[in-house]
Amino acid sequence: MLLVVFFLEDEALLKDTLIQVDYRFEDVNGVRSGLNDVSYLADDGIAGIVYLADRLAKPVLIEGPAGTGKTQLAKSVAEMSDARLIRLQCYEGLDESKALYEWNYKKQLLRIQAEDDTRDWSEIEDDLFSEDFLLSRPLLEAIRAEDPVVLLIDEVDRVEIETEALLLEILSEYQVSIPELGTVEGTQVPLVFLTSNGTRELSEALKRRCLYLYIDYPDLDREREIINAKVPGMDKNLADQIARIVRSIRQLDLKKHPSVSETLDWAKTLLLLGVEKIDADIATDTVNVLLKYRSDIEKATKEFADNPDSIEEVEEEGAA
Amino acid sequence: MSSTSKLNKSIHAGSEESPLLDLLNGFIVELRLAGLPVSLTESLDAMEAVSHIPIEDREAFKYALGATLVKNYSHWKSFEIVFEVYFSIRGSEYEIRDNDLTNSTDSEIDEAEYQQGEAPAGGGAMSGLSPEELQEMLFRALLNGDQAMLRLLARQSVIRYAGMEPGRPVGGTYYLYRTLRNLDLDSMLERLMKESREQALSELTQLEERLELDEYKNRIEELKKQIESEIRRSLVADRGVEAMARTLRKPLPEDVDFMHASREEMANLRRSLYPLTRKLAARLARRRKYGRRGPLDFRKTIRHSLSYGGVPAEPKFKYPRPSKPEIMVVADISGSVAAFARFTLHLLYAISSQFSKVRSFVFIDGLDEVTRFLEGVEDIGEAVHRVNTEADVVWVDGHSDYGHAFGVFWEKYGKDIGPKTTVLILGDARNNYHASQSWILKEAQQKARKLYWLNPEPKAYWDTGDSILGEYATHCDGAYEVRNLRQLEAFIEKLV
Repeated sequence: MLLVVFFLEDEALLKDTLIQVDYRFEDVNGVRSGLNDVSYLADDGIAGIVYLADRLAKPVLIEGPAGTGKTQLAKSVAEMSDARLIRLQCYEGLDESKALYEWNYKKQLLRIQAEDDTRDWSEIEDDLFSEDFLLSRPLLEAIRAEDPVVLLIDEVDRVEIETEALLLEILSEYQVSIPELGTVEGTQVPLVFLTSNGTRELSEALKRRCLYLYIDYPDLDREREIINAKVPGMDKNLADQIARIVRSIRQLDLKKHPSVSETLDWAKTLLLLGVEKIDADIATDTVNVLLKYRSDIEKATKEFADNPDSIEEVEEEGAA
Repeated sequence: MSSTSKLNKSIHAGSEESPLLDLLNGFIVELRLAGLPVSLTESLDAMEAVSHIPIEDREAFKYALGATLVKNYSHWKSFEIVFEVYFSIRGSEYEIRDNDLTNSTDSEIDEAEYQQGEAPAGGGAMSGLSPEELQEMLFRALLNGDQAMLRLLARQSVIRYAGMEPGRPVGGTYYLYRTLRNLDLDSMLERLMKESREQALSELTQLEERLELDEYKNRIEELKKQIESEIRRSLVADRGVEAMARTLRKPLPEDVDFMHASREEMANLRRSLYPLTRKLAARLARRRKYGRRGPLDFRKTIRHSLSYGGVPAEPKFKYPRPSKPEIMVVADISGSVAAFARFTLHLLYAISSQFSKVRSFVFIDGLDEVTRFLEGVEDIGEAVHRVNTEADVVWVDGHSDYGHAFGVFWEKYGKDIGPKTTVLILGDARNNYHASQSWILKEAQQKARKLYWLNPEPKAYWDTGDSILGEYATHCDGAYEVRNLRQLEAFIEKLV
């Protein structure tokens, strides 16, 4: 790799070369079966976009309802490609010193105190702002890592819109500019995943740099497969029934629809209770695993336990 | 325009002129025309992305384009339609056959017949079927969830029932209606339910029956979609891609007009309302927290300067306590503007934590306060429904009478308007030539903090016919055209 750096000064060329050396995945099916092996069931879209992210060396912005496996995707990709997962959890008030890098000022102070007065100040200053005193935070760490890494920037919609700008350089150029040091270029192009729960619209600039992936609730077949894969010892028929009930519940007009993780919790609950077949009573008793709002629970219970006439009524209303 | 030509250049510089790239170009232009914000870099990314994807794999091709071009999930549907129009019936070199069709060996119809059926006027074994037989096959396919069979049947039904004639200037919905009317899917659903009741060993429980019903409904929904896209495909063949794309161009959810939204669009609107309120509430709360920096607080700065030896190193500012406005909504809920009022009420209550109080009144020619229905309920949708059915809003004949409604409002609630109150009036100001009573607005404006009028009609229609908005607007702090979610969102943000 060093040799390549030496001969190719052109940055763009360098980037291309780096990528070509580093293709992680052969084809879309490879991605899918790889994810399958770490028991993440990807559909066509998910596998295809992960594959493209690698080929185009672009970050993936994942949006979708809570609990559909956005973060899990990044983790699973890391696991399947034997890479280290570096995670940056975003929150309101996140800044440069937490996301990118920070000067280790305590160490710098010590350095100054340890100095005798004979040396020239500018020398000391050069010394102070060198790699030794730099603390790398997740973003810098990810691009400087020597081993393969997957970078996960979680819940990016939580930072203020101004802070988003911090990410732009690293996401498009895979480099970080540090005023005192100059530009730190990446040793690799990591796979980057950004997740967002959509509490606010992300900036155009950020979206433009990313591939966009929307992970919705899985369809019936996929959900059934997920249950079978994630809950060992699950009876096939029961899994089918669970998936179908969850799908029906999601079609109701609820505050918060059951997520995949809640479906799995429910499946595990039923398994522990030794349920073989779900009837209305069991569903009503355990529905609080799936739904977390009182009004939602009431609505769902009403839907599934009342007499058929009232169901028809509600449905017509829903359609109107 | 300039970006397109640049795009052309960069493509042509990079490779031989290729029909695929031309096609992609047209596709991207069409996406832009449909209102999707596709930037130059994104279109270049799309070009690069498809070069990594085997073109025979239609699903992957679609996702590659989607991931690079569509960055907002609510635009996905528009994207899908444009995609289908552009890539479903291109010349043979692009045609991507759905492989699973060939696998459907058990579906009684082999590939050869399928090929024949493809020509719109073509015969094939299926056209020999009587309508009853077709119905029977459809029934069985729905019962077993046989996807491949359903696709064939959708095609056959369109050929048979839609009555499509080349060059006939009718929209796809007309053909869809004709096809669905002949298939009579409602009684099909009943038959399916009956069948599964009979098939079951023991009596179906409530829950099981419900699940079966949902399953069949899904399958029928799927069939409808197949039929719809089948019609679209034939129309594209008939009229050409560009013309078809133009007629299919639909406004994005945030641009759908409240007053003319179709049923389906309404449902979509309602669905996009919830994430919107969440976003809006988060944004407003954030602004309240950070966005207010007052003038320099001199005392505080000096006091703090003591810790720096008297140097005022750290200026301190006054943070004014943001006062939350009190909102009074007066909404016309007569026929044409009802949907608009419903949306606005819905939105206001969803973010009511941003206001110190929200009171709402609805009227047609009489007026009633409906705050009690809306306050502290968890399900706004149901509350709005109660407003529509229980509020006492009709005085004489149930035609809008703004003058009288304002009169009642002023008499009963006028005293509650204070200097902190913002009054919102929602309606089209079509007064049916009654007295305007606009002096009430004048008085109200003087007492209130602000008085705004929101009109769901396009500006060009104001003051035409029996609309007397101009007269009212002179007494308002602002009259705004609010026809879609985008405008509503922009206004509410201004309100806080």
